[in-house]
Amino acid sequence: MSQPTTYAQALNAALRDSLREDESVLVLGEDVGALGGVFRITDGLTRDFGEDRCFDTPLAEAGIAGFAVGLCTQGFRPVIEMQFDAFGYPAFEQVVSHVAKMRNRTRGRLTLPMVIRYPYAGGIGGVEHHCDSSEGYYVHTPGLHVVTPSTPADAYSLLREAIASPDPVIFLEPKSLYWSKAELELPARTEPIGRAVVRREGTDVTLITYGPQVPNALKAAEVAAAEEDWSVEVIDLRSLVPFDDETVAASVRRTGRAVVLAEAQGFGGMGAEIAARVSERCFHSLAAPVLRVSGLDIPYPPPILEHTHLPGVDRILDTIARLQWDDEPDLTHATAGAQGVPA
Amino acid sequence: MSDISTLLPCPQPVRFLEPDGSRAAPTPEMTERGYELPGTDDLLAVWRGMVLGRRFDAQATALTKQGRLAVYPSSRGQDACQVAPVLALEEQDWLFPTYRDSMALVTRGIDPVEVLTLLRGDWHCGYDPVATRTAAQCTPLATQAVHAAGAADGMRRRKTGGIALCLVGDGATSEGDFHEGLNFAGVYTAPVVYLVQNNKYAISVPLAKQTKAPALAYKGIGYGVRSEQVDGNDPAAVLAVTRAAYRHAREGHGPVLIEAHTYRMEAHTNADDATRYRTPEEVDGWTGQDPVVRLQAYLVGQGVLDDTRVEEVRVEAEDLAADLRTRMNAEPVVDPMELFAHVYAEPTPQLREQAEMVRQEIAATASTAGASGTPSTTKETAR
Repeated sequence: MSQPTTYAQALNAALRDSLREDESVLVLGEDVGALGGVFRITDGLTRDFGEDRCFDTPLAEAGIAGFAVGLCTQGFRPVIEMQFDAFGYPAFEQVVSHVAKMRNRTRGRLTLPMVIRYPYAGGIGGVEHHCDSSEGYYVHTPGLHVVTPSTPADAYSLLREAIASPDPVIFLEPKSLYWSKAELELPARTEPIGRAVVRREGTDVTLITYGPQVPNALKAAEVAAAEEDWSVEVIDLRSLVPFDDETVAASVRRTGRAVVLAEAQGFGGMGAEIAARVSERCFHSLAAPVLRVSGLDIPYPPPILEHTHLPGVDRILDTIARLQWDDEPDLTHATAGAQGVPA
Repeated sequence: MSDISTLLPCPQPVRFLEPDGSRAAPTPEMTERGYELPGTDDLLAVWRGMVLGRRFDAQATALTKQGRLAVYPSSRGQDACQVAPVLALEEQDWLFPTYRDSMALVTRGIDPVEVLTLLRGDWHCGYDPVATRTAAQCTPLATQAVHAAGAADGMRRRKTGGIALCLVGDGATSEGDFHEGLNFAGVYTAPVVYLVQNNKYAISVPLAKQTKAPALAYKGIGYGVRSEQVDGNDPAAVLAVTRAAYRHAREGHGPVLIEAHTYRMEAHTNADDATRYRTPEEVDGWTGQDPVVRLQAYLVGQGVLDDTRVEEVRVEAEDLAADLRTRMNAEPVVDPMELFAHVYAEPTPQLREQAEMVRQEIAATASTAGASGTPSTTKETAR
């Protein structure tokens, strides 16, 4: 029976169902035991499954990631909670040099079916080091799958799939969506990892986004329709690696215009990759250059200023407005972004 | 909390044999801890392992001169640490080696050609880590310390009865992962033994610039990990101490840290110039501490090893070296398409596109090479 379910509850249910169905699944991380995690995603798991299955670790992120690598050698499927995006950096070497590469280094003989969950991105008034959009580091690392659900149904389904995956999955949970709700009947199954979905159909422009910016994109599309009479198609990527070129290109070829929306700082990031892929595939269908909407190229700002940094509905609409609707080239921000020098 | 006195290492490195092969007087601490000189058969096995291992090591160094290996980090001088702890492992145990532990891998029974795959350069790890229960050799320092803790904890959870042996060098004890490994192992009572081969140099940096600790063995204390130090050039002592540590771990009492005091007789690798940072006199001083000479002298003195047996094992070692030479002199067969095979269980659509591009590049190159009569050194297999 369907009932209102938060994103956080969906994740908790996915962990529960995975723990119940597969005895090799272990949940570990900082404060995941008695506390249930700082965001309560692991609430009650230690109580219900015992400390053998869901346990607190020492406060050392490289240790947690490396320890999970070792558990994999004994046939376990560890699911790590890496407390905050930026707290995951001490584990960077383990993730990049071992987690991502083990299958390759060993010719597929030793594989690491592990999931690292990162509460990530901003918009919750967090202080520094608690709001990073760190997906760029992981998508740039071959050997990792990188997934970021934006709805409770996807949170459940993609986490179940990630835990069952034979490869390591970087599972990025937008903190700003933990309390978002949907009517949901569990266990929910949605499109598999690797597929993007169209969240709202449109005919004038494709807005390609993921994770924390999906709700903003939908809001912008609604305002665009009501106030500007623009029909905006919104694509939720869900899976950054593998990337669904097919769904994205099909939409852009139909609409002829594309805007990429990502919360992370823009320079050298996931948004740039998407824009390049669209340009390479859809050049002859494009009536305007692919534009990006992103966070600013600054360290994540203090909470009171974060709204200046985060892409909002206005920045999205302003960008859509610059898509050469009247055939005039628009170079407003063409050089400013990369060089930091006004055009 | 453990009583600190149960964690402390012996004040002096445990030693059973003097450098000349005579018996060393046991200290009260050795007696108190129940360390016993291993039996003759075990010592004979360690001696044979060291003779074979050293020959392998010399052959690998020679292969670098012939251009067959890109590079080779020798462990000559550390033979006791490479052989005795590995021979004392049981079937179900796991080994976590570094790049300098090739001799240990050969002792583990892994095909020497597969051991040298990494250094020959035709792939990264050449052996099957799961089948051999031996992790891929780690070149990033100390990262395997946390893997070993996790694997050991996994064996504890699975009740396999297995333990993990993690080899690290003195330089690696400065890395965070070494400390996190000890800490995790301590917290979860993981059955893992960390053997630090203190060979006095991290490439060129001497131990004095690495740490102010009175001995590396003390680094276990802060983590509640039982610690010990041993004369790393005394094969009998290394065997006795590692065995006791394995027993401690296997019986569920948690991890052990052992510091083996030894010396790297060769440069860091064949590409290194050790004369820039240490004197020939210093190296000569360690020649008199040679572990193979020491154990052989003891066994001969005991009347359990004679010239016939010495000759037999010498021939066995030469055969091993000859076989290695022959097989390493064959051109490695590489397949560029394999680069795409092990990135994910299923290649992503993006990787499939790139594989197709490379396939076409290879086909184009092959047709050009065919026209000019140049043979291709790569072999493409259908995939």
